[in-house]
Amino acid sequence: MTDSPGTNAGGSPSMAGRAPSLEARGMTKIFGPLVALDDVSIKVEAGSFHALLGENGAGKSTLVKCIMGFYSPDRGQVLLDGKEVTIKSPRDARAHGIGMVYQQFTLVPSLTGAENLVISRADAPGIIDWGKEKKALDAFMDEMPFRVPLDTQVSGLSAGEKQKLEILKLLYLDQRFMILDEPTSVLTPAEADEMLGHLGGMADRKEITVLMISHKFREVKAFCDHFTVLRRGKFTGAGDAKAVSIPEMSGMMIGDTTIRERASRKKGNARGEVLELAGLFAEDNDGMPAIKAVNLKVKAGEIVGIAGVSGNGQSALVETLSGQRPLSDGGIFIRGERFEPKRGHYDRFKVFGLPEEPLKNATVPKMSVAENLAFRSFDKPPVASLGWWMSPGPMREKAKELIAQYRVKTTSPDAPIETLSGGNVQRAVLARELSGDVDVLIVANPCFGLDFASVAEIRSQIMEQRNRGAAVLLVSEDLDEILELADRVAVMSGGTITYVSPIEDTDRNTIGQYMAGH
Amino acid sequence: MTAETADAAIPARRASNVKALRLAETVAIPVGAMVASAVAFSIFLLIIGKDPVQFWQLVWTGGFGSSFSIQNSLQRAAPLILTGLAFAIPARIGLTMIGGEGALVLGGFSAAAIAIPLVTNAVPVWITLPVMALSGMAAGGLWLGVVGWLRHARGVNETISSLLMSYIAIAIMNFFVEGALRDPASANKPSTMPIGDAYRIGSIPGTDVHWGFAAGIVLAVVLWVLMSRTTFGFAARMTGGNARAAKAQGLPVGALMVVCCVIAGACAGLAGFFEVTAIHGQANASLVAGYGFTGILVSFLARHNPLTVVPMAILFGAIAAAGGVVQRRMGMPDATVLVLQGILFVVLLVSETFYGRFKIFQPGNTGDRV
Repeated sequence: MTDSPGTNAGGSPSMAGRAPSLEARGMTKIFGPLVALDDVSIKVEAGSFHALLGENGAGKSTLVKCIMGFYSPDRGQVLLDGKEVTIKSPRDARAHGIGMVYQQFTLVPSLTGAENLVISRADAPGIIDWGKEKKALDAFMDEMPFRVPLDTQVSGLSAGEKQKLEILKLLYLDQRFMILDEPTSVLTPAEADEMLGHLGGMADRKEITVLMISHKFREVKAFCDHFTVLRRGKFTGAGDAKAVSIPEMSGMMIGDTTIRERASRKKGNARGEVLELAGLFAEDNDGMPAIKAVNLKVKAGEIVGIAGVSGNGQSALVETLSGQRPLSDGGIFIRGERFEPKRGHYDRFKVFGLPEEPLKNATVPKMSVAENLAFRSFDKPPVASLGWWMSPGPMREKAKELIAQYRVKTTSPDAPIETLSGGNVQRAVLARELSGDVDVLIVANPCFGLDFASVAEIRSQIMEQRNRGAAVLLVSEDLDEILELADRVAVMSGGTITYVSPIEDTDRNTIGQYMAGH
Repeated sequence: MTAETADAAIPARRASNVKALRLAETVAIPVGAMVASAVAFSIFLLIIGKDPVQFWQLVWTGGFGSSFSIQNSLQRAAPLILTGLAFAIPARIGLTMIGGEGALVLGGFSAAAIAIPLVTNAVPVWITLPVMALSGMAAGGLWLGVVGWLRHARGVNETISSLLMSYIAIAIMNFFVEGALRDPASANKPSTMPIGDAYRIGSIPGTDVHWGFAAGIVLAVVLWVLMSRTTFGFAARMTGGNARAAKAQGLPVGALMVVCCVIAGACAGLAGFFEVTAIHGQANASLVAGYGFTGILVSFLARHNPLTVVPMAILFGAIAAAGGVVQRRMGMPDATVLVLQGILFVVLLVSETFYGRFKIFQPGNTGDRV
């Protein structure tokens, strides 16, 4: 490993021709009763930009974790440039020049870019000669196709810049086989395109080889040259990303799973205004403004989608609506009456919610499925009599009913809800929140991390609630989700709504520009 | 892999095992911790040159060996049940509230203080004792209610504040006992005026065990019902399990926390009342006996289940009862029992991290969360 920047950035005129090839053969990984990876082989040619596709739980993460040395596979071998290598730990992977960019940033926010790069080196000295390092870094940056301000604290960089810095870090460490785990999920469409364009260019010049986990077909078609598909831990297909069509790829991903047909959008459904957010202000945990003067109206029978890059106040907005964060000013009104996120008002105004990360926001992980399903009803008949005495019988009966109706897969109503898979936790929350009469529905990133079948089902349920006449506020970081579901789109940037438009009068580019804050 | 794809492989019989496995785990881990602590303490005894076999024999005879020692154990268990509950109830709502000692002392003091005018004016016993009990519970409840309120309104860490509040409570008692409320007759040990034998609460008929033990058992059952079968308990458990989700359901999380702290303080205050009316007959520094802190240990061993608090308190009562015998027969200082408690507490805290780690207690379907 030539991990000193002095050697890898010290003036060699080109990095071309250094891209490694990687092949994994017959990878198998078994966790207890579950075969997470079943005899999977993947071949990534030197200098290719290879997409690894598959639904959540298909085994993509397990595969790359085996390659990275986080897991040791039960069977299988990894070949780098045709030679078998033993990777027992991430340290070994690093020594072989294999690096990974994770969904979450791994930079130290309180340090500058330069400091982050230097301390990431395995041989970072105890005392750093910054004059020498700066020179070496300048030389290194001169060779890079894109720039990031290295003297700024990482916390002050945009998400796009941080992601670029993560990639620079891999290059700085001379890790020329890059594994990227859904690298664009935190970026605006324009930032994503720019970053993938740079990576594609470097791969074309044979400077790096990229294996990218993705679920965005658009990006795969535009930037990748090859792809491999996994389903349920098995290899189900591979090919030329330019030649194979999207329906063919998605066929390999979902197999013969029947996807519920999407509920269709009833036309001219919107009626009078129901939900009004009037000048909402709230602060974040550090007392800084998180949302500023948010104004928005949602009609009955309408879905208003709030788009935006993660971290622009959407979570704070949802938290104020669900009582998890106090408003510092402004008010929420439902049919002209003031709404406080308290239990009585939730029932009176028929307000329901599907928060993001349901295990964290909408369930008590250690309580049973039946108890979690009763969160709306535990203090009302038939579960509660006299308002305080609870009978487990009716609670369990109701739970069984909902479990069957919403097809929640659980060993028993008494199992802790944390033992369920993500899709089933979300389905249980759906069952609880949508089984009643819904007037206002507040939804945040409802499909994050779910498989195709669950996504289709959840989106259909939301659409059905709209068609029934509920006012739906949908906050989502997935622009495709908003384009599919929303009647009107609002863009949130810097803590406030910067753009509102009926969905038919706008397009991805316009929304993207507002998301980027233009 | 998601359960959608894996569920077909889950045999139906596993469903019925889920509860049994969880129960087995909650029994096996504390028992394992106790055994590990006993081994560690035996090693300690060997190091200081004592015979561990003799020690455990003495603990058995001193705690449960005779009718006398059993009654002695139960007597000592009485305040521990109440202080154990004082830790367990806030623990269920997610608070680590260690102020039981202060609430006990203040409750005992307040009961003794309110008794002074009542006893002086010869108010009947059946009025005096309930007033004293209510006074003790109210003082303890208010004291820890402040802790809950500070947590809710100002975000003050309840562990730190309740500990510091304990020292303040002890200081308040000392201030009055050594000052305005000092009985001039208490020359060597400043105390409040003795309530007199007529106002002592006495023993459960046929035993030497005072009524505090019965009160503790009744309260343990009542609080178990409250936490497991009422909407209040359900809401408290929701809050303890995930406060964010509880807020999203519109529950008054802060108010629930304050109420749980008030209940805790009332339990500890009641323990103080019994200490005064059944043991000491007056309030003095003897109230500061560490029952509040041992109660934390009792609650942890009971996994914060009000019903299980009772046997665990009896266990600790027995260890304390055996302390004297051990001291006399083995020539060891009475702090020896504290060493045992300390080892047990540390091992117990470590054992908390083992839940969910042992494969034999896991239903087979957890592998789907890759």
